[in-house]
Amino acid sequence: MSEIMKPARDVGIVGYGAYVPVYRLPASEISNQWRSGHDLNFLPIKQKSVPGMDEDVITMSIEASKNALKRAGIHPKDIRAIWVGSESHPYAVKPSGTVVGEVLNIIPNILSADMEFACKAGTEAIQAATAFIGSSMGDYALAIGMDTAQGRPGDALEYTAAAGGAAFIMGPAEKSLAVVEGSFSYVTDTPDFFRRAYQKYPEHGNRFTGEPAYFKHITESVKALLKGLNLKPSDFTAAVFHQPNVKFPQNVAKMLGFSKEQIKYGLLSGMIGNTYAGSSVIGLTDILDHSHAGDRILLASFGSGAGSDAFSLMVTNKIKNAVKKAPLTMDYVDRSISVNYGLYARWRNKIIME
Amino acid sequence: MRKVAIVGLGQTPVREHWGSNLRDLAVTALRDAMEDAGVETLDGVTVGNMLSGALSEQEHLGALIADYAGLEGVEGMKIEAACGSGAAAIRMAVKAVASGLMDSVGVVGVEKLTEFSGKFSTASLATAADADYEITMGLSFVGINALLMRRYLHDYNYDRNDFAIFPVNAHHNAQYNPNAMFRHPITAEQYAKSKIIADPINILDSSPIADGAAALIVVAQENLSQFKGKPISILACEVGTDTVALDNREELLWLKGAERSVKKAYHVSGLSVKDIDFYEPHDAFSIMTALSMEASGFAEKGQAIKFADKVDIGLKGKLPLNVCGGLKGRGHPVGATGVYQVVEAAQQIRGEVPPELQLERNHIGMIQNIGGSGATVITTILKKIGK
Amino acid sequence: MDIPRYWRLKDQRYRLQGRKCKDCGNLSFPPRLVCQKCKSRKSVPHEFKGLGKLYTYTAIYQAPDRFDPMVPYIVGLIDLEEGVRITAQVTDVLPEDVVIGMDLEMVIRKIYADGDKGPILYGYKFRPILKKMTA
Repeated sequence: MSEIMKPARDVGIVGYGAYVPVYRLPASEISNQWRSGHDLNFLPIKQKSVPGMDEDVITMSIEASKNALKRAGIHPKDIRAIWVGSESHPYAVKPSGTVVGEVLNIIPNILSADMEFACKAGTEAIQAATAFIGSSMGDYALAIGMDTAQGRPGDALEYTAAAGGAAFIMGPAEKSLAVVEGSFSYVTDTPDFFRRAYQKYPEHGNRFTGEPAYFKHITESVKALLKGLNLKPSDFTAAVFHQPNVKFPQNVAKMLGFSKEQIKYGLLSGMIGNTYAGSSVIGLTDILDHSHAGDRILLASFGSGAGSDAFSLMVTNKIKNAVKKAPLTMDYVDRSISVNYGLYARWRNKIIME
Repeated sequence: MRKVAIVGLGQTPVREHWGSNLRDLAVTALRDAMEDAGVETLDGVTVGNMLSGALSEQEHLGALIADYAGLEGVEGMKIEAACGSGAAAIRMAVKAVASGLMDSVGVVGVEKLTEFSGKFSTASLATAADADYEITMGLSFVGINALLMRRYLHDYNYDRNDFAIFPVNAHHNAQYNPNAMFRHPITAEQYAKSKIIADPINILDSSPIADGAAALIVVAQENLSQFKGKPISILACEVGTDTVALDNREELLWLKGAERSVKKAYHVSGLSVKDIDFYEPHDAFSIMTALSMEASGFAEKGQAIKFADKVDIGLKGKLPLNVCGGLKGRGHPVGATGVYQVVEAAQQIRGEVPPELQLERNHIGMIQNIGGSGATVITTILKKIGK
Repeated sequence: MDIPRYWRLKDQRYRLQGRKCKDCGNLSFPPRLVCQKCKSRKSVPHEFKGLGKLYTYTAIYQAPDRFDPMVPYIVGLIDLEEGVRITAQVTDVLPEDVVIGMDLEMVIRKIYADGDKGPILYGYKFRPILKKMTA
């Protein structure tokens, strides 16, 4: 097994911020709409977040990044790169990051690109930012994982496809509230879930998305990370895994030897759904909101196609002041305006007009 | 400055004129006014119009209408001041004649709003507001008036239904005006139940989009003997302006443009609010009537509704309003509206309106035409020429 | 597609950038070349904080074409902390929960998309304050 990834200069998270839209669609609405409610007792989550008509990955990234900037306390112009990981960029061609950079006064001396790797595009952006800072090409970089995911009406994934995510300002370890101890990325060609160009909704391999995809890739990346860093699950205060539903992350935690206590924070899918590229990373923001200096955190994403990035993070004493400088992740998760299926279908362009 | 008068009047019914184009409506009204005045030609033509470019894909109305009206070679220009375009065109004619530059000017207000879908017309009408900072926020023209009405209800503790007094009066009068779009009365109960367009404004607060043209001939009083039309004196036709955007106004519920315009009009006419026999406010929306009455000195701030109730704005009341139906009942072909208002007031003073609408006291009429939500306000005062 | 306008106004739409008069200190939004108060032509850019109170509002049910897909939506006049009143949509709130005087904060949202092919216009809107931050 290859060695873990670690940048030449130590890198960490200097600021972080979350965003979840205010609207919620109860899973029961989908059940009643498509299955006459016959699966009401077997719903994968309670409700999912729905973006308002005026929200998309760009607007949501702006708010999450604004929160990250507040916590980082740096000048926006100190940021030298913006990577936005998403599978729902508003434009097929035109970067999301330039709008984020313009609004937040980060432009013009930056590089910026959109990233796509299904649900792990957010951690992919963190990896790129870590490498960028680690090689001293810049001191700060903004990495975003954000999605407004779409599920085909009536499909199993419609219950969970949700909107939200998080932004991270990566920087030198000495300025960080959590230092990256190391990471490991594991990728194979596994067609468990995909969306072809110009298609509105993704396709998936049903149960094939489980064992050979989600479980295989996460367990490989996490095991390699633990081995490389010579750590065991009990060395971690908390862990967060990609959360397409509630059951999968609970099961993979158990398979890897993590306890229920270790995943009590950050497991948000039951309340907001699967936020795709934002899913594991928004979980991390909730854990950081509840963390203390000396805490060790495991972050493991999963992206279909397929791959997993695993990180070990060590929380520093800078966390204490940073947390209160911006709204907590639960401030976003707890707010709620319920919408019915009809309104959701209209807002998400599921009604064919012409 | 020379004293000026109106010697000819013309108007088409206000309708959805599917079968007529802009120029035919304008030419019909203008030639009727010329016949009424007994003139074969004019020194100039001013055309009041707002949306010919957007909705008829036709600009350059001055020359076009002069040509089609049989006035080849006569100076003609379009005047635009949103919904105040009609009276703005009258103002230009008054300036030309009063100054001695011209002896006879034809004014024609014309508008066709039914050429495209209602939503497109809604978007075009909104161009009266600030394009960069109001319209791109999703405001419609109704929306702008709704912002005013909401704050009015809040500040002065009215119920939305208290505003019914104005449209009920307008519809009552319009039923007797053969040129009006809506010739049926409405009740306060119907008002209370009508559909909301931009909360708190409902459909019965709103004047209808329509087509129409009205025209009049402005001449110098010293030359009255040359014309056959019964003359009416224009004592004042004065303009006041204010910020286009509502948010930049000093005081949201005070139409400073109206105050400025009215003060000038009272000054040049030597009259005061007490001398006015009947008033034609720009009732594009009910709230505009209230704000106009307050800024023009009829009612105290926040008191327009109570005042209207007290003085009685009906045909037998102390201050009849919107005698031929106003914008609400007659219809609001925007760029033509200001000319319709003055033509109707002149008919009233001449004694030529249908008997049901003929007022006992009809010597002095005041007309107010408003562009946008009060950015351009033109107040005209007409008076019977006494012998 | 009014691309130049979209691009030209981004300082205003993205960051509420108005002007501050160098002579009398009067703040303006939108930016004005001539001070509304003292008529001076000297001014510098000024970014507003984006906090304010709702002065008046309406819920639009019949909208101009490009806003039609979003009805009903709320437009209000907002009194900014700095003493300037601006026009903006109020978002993330149901029409029945809007009240005059409510505290609002600026957010960046989609204003409208120019059809299916044209640019997406982003800019300021206001929403009820998510959380009063003490820091």
